Amino acid sequence: MSKAPDIRFSGRATAEGKPLFAPLSFDMAAGEWTCLLGASGVGKTTVLRLIAELDHHVRFEGHIEASDGKPLSDRIAFMAQSDMLLPWLDLVDNVTIGAKLRGTPAAADRAQELLARVGLADHLSKKPAALSGGQRQRVALARTLMEDHPIILLDEPFSALDAKTRADMQDLAAEHLQGRTVLLVTHDPAEAARLGDQVLVMSATGLTPMRVPTAPAPRPVDDPQTLALQGRLYQTLREPST
Amino acid sequence: MKITHALISGGLLVLVWQSIVWLTGLPHFILPSPLQVAQALIENAALIGEHALVTLGEVVLGMLIGAILGILTALHLATSERARRLLGPILVFSQAIPVFALAPVLTLWLGYGLWSKIAMAVLIIYFPVTSSFLDGLLQTPKAYLDLAASMRATPGRTLRYIRIPAALPSLGTGLKLAAVYAPIGAVIGEWVGASQGLGYLMLLANGRAKIDLMFAAVIVLCLMSVTLFLIFDTLARRLAASRAL
Repeated sequence: MSKAPDIRFSGRATAEGKPLFAPLSFDMAAGEWTCLLGASGVGKTTVLRLIAELDHHVRFEGHIEASDGKPLSDRIAFMAQSDMLLPWLDLVDNVTIGAKLRGTPAAADRAQELLARVGLADHLSKKPAALSGGQRQRVALARTLMEDHPIILLDEPFSALDAKTRADMQDLAAEHLQGRTVLLVTHDPAEAARLGDQVLVMSATGLTPMRVPTAPAPRPVDDPQTLALQGRLYQTLREPST
Repeated sequence: MKITHALISGGLLVLVWQSIVWLTGLPHFILPSPLQVAQALIENAALIGEHALVTLGEVVLGMLIGAILGILTALHLATSERARRLLGPILVFSQAIPVFALAPVLTLWLGYGLWSKIAMAVLIIYFPVTSSFLDGLLQTPKAYLDLAASMRATPGRTLRYIRIPAALPSLGTGLKLAAVYAPIGAVIGEWVGASQGLGYLMLLANGRAKIDLMFAAVIVLCLMSVTLFLIFDTLARRLAASRAL
């Protein structure tokens, strides 16, 4: 993996002449988690997809740059709410799909090792349909790690999981994605409060940066400062936007 | 369980058939009884078998050629938007032509032999295979395509490793339809002009008032279609479950 860069995002987006979000500007610090929290439809996923260069029908005016000046496009790995596992492939083949799609040699032994690291050593030859939702997201995490990129974009990857599994996955992701520049888009204040080194609340009018606890992420679920931040995030989310 | 159901419904059908024969008292050269048809089937087994083999050959070759053409067309249309715009309407139009109307022309062009019947079978299955597979190829779940894009996949590899495997269940559906349609195409071809095949045998038997023989030929044709359908149904399930890499 190459060294994780800072990323600066500034600009505005429109689709078919309608603005998708107000002009935004924020920095993602190298090797840290930036959480973008907002209600549904506020445009946070669009921000993430713009960085990933996935939305070609969106018109973007502005800059998305890395601090080292190199292009971002081939240094990004992406995880979404849908685990994006291919149902006809077993776990190892799902984890190595990136290499196949690019036509480079697939390292099955490394895939097995990564699957073991996320706790799925006993399931290697299973198909995704044989797994639970939490296990499937573990496979998606292993696939993301397999790509071994310094920039990670997470689009509500844990929001479909039950509370316990979600907390477990948050810990697992925080542990394995250490040292990478991570953007986590979420609508869950508890998740942002636990995981964010920087937490930004996105609304129709723009971004509100929040003060985060001094404890390093991932913070314990019952840490008083984390719970206090969670409360403030709920309040900020509920404030009427003007 | 499934076989039991099939046997029960088959038995019911025979019962209804026999009841109509009893109730109406129609002569055997208008409506033969199930037993008479079974007798005709056994007595003429060699004759029917010989003609059935001809039809089966036409159907299998027609399926093979039609499926290959359909798959290639769908792949081409799926990868080129321009081709879709240009050829899409022609494809639909081609399906709107009644194949019955084409059968005499095809016989004129390709002769009384095997090829006019194969052409009929190809024509009749080409559209269902093409359109089901194309639908599948164009409806790849967006999440898979996002994944491929974020992994910097080339369009060719996305097609091979994601779009085609994701579309295989749709192709399976198209092939199942084809298995039922192809015998119809071949028999239409045989009706218009042939010297062998089940369609020819039906016409011949009908013309000589051997209705029991005609029914026997129809039953063999139905069995052939059902067998083909079951084979392709199994194949479709395998395709859907396979890794296809």
